[in-house]
Amino acid sequence: MEIKIRKNILEKNLTEAEKNRHFFREKNLFVLNMMSSPGSGKTQTLCRTLEQLMPDIQVGVIVGDICTTNDADRLAETGAKVTQINTDQFGGDCHLSAPMIDTAARKLGCDDLDLLIVENIGNLVCPAEFDIGENARVVVLSVTEGEDKPLKYPLMFQVSDAAILNKVDLLPYLDFDAPLAVENMKKVHPGMPVFELSAKTGQGFDPWLTWLRQQL
Amino acid sequence: MHEMGIAQELVRIALEALPQDLKDPKVASLNLRIGKLSSVVPHSLTFCFEIITKDTPLEHARLNIETVPVVIRCDTCGRQWEAETPVFRCPDCELGQVRLISGREIDIDSLTLLD
Repeated sequence: MEIKIRKNILEKNLTEAEKNRHFFREKNLFVLNMMSSPGSGKTQTLCRTLEQLMPDIQVGVIVGDICTTNDADRLAETGAKVTQINTDQFGGDCHLSAPMIDTAARKLGCDDLDLLIVENIGNLVCPAEFDIGENARVVVLSVTEGEDKPLKYPLMFQVSDAAILNKVDLLPYLDFDAPLAVENMKKVHPGMPVFELSAKTGQGFDPWLTWLRQQL
Repeated sequence: MHEMGIAQELVRIALEALPQDLKDPKVASLNLRIGKLSSVVPHSLTFCFEIITKDTPLEHARLNIETVPVVIRCDTCGRQWEAETPVFRCPDCELGQVRLISGREIDIDSLTLLD
């Protein structure tokens, strides 16, 4: 006997993500999900972004990591409200899910915020699959990775609304082909805006900030 | 990488779908549809599923996994095609806005009970 089910196996996460979206809408809060591989410079990009946006725009950050509060500590120095999610002390989940964001957002307190940025766990695979109730997704790739990463991890680049190519200050010292990396991103996601910048020096940062302000 | 979590959700949904009035139900197979672009590795999913279904009505159930192709549609020119590689740019109009029609499915379609 066959029993019809016809369900998305991730339905529980999707339902929770919709609840989050509703909660954030009520708070009039824009939520950005920032994703990348480990070491691409998400935290440094965020530190500079927060320094530029605050205090005109009130920003809160939820940081996801498997272990340590290192990133949250760095980000808190900017004056932004920050909370850390650790998925496990010794190797836990590879992504943040919607229920984790619900808990963290309530802990953080969202009433006085305009923008909530979620720094996802460093991983180009799993976070792309899990809706957390965000309004937009940004993927960060750095020039110390490979130009072909967008073709190797197509889902991540396909689901993102914008991309950052970080650490461009290192280009003179590397064989990295930046136009090829951008071309590969656009092959996977035609029309996606790509911001080539250096979070360290601030080079190329303005178009990214303009884009972000326009989203709010 | 997150196949264990997906296997756990799959087991929860399948157990909930079993008729309450059935005594000692045994599931022969679960019929899944997994999109080629989803980050689910069928082999890992099967491995995790086998581990967590021991001593449940799902023990020894087979996972029939239908792979769903990546189908893209260009909203600018209306062309629709199946993508064999992760290049989703419209071959006709290059800059067209493309949309995924299928390829991200992680669905359970049905289950079959053992007679």
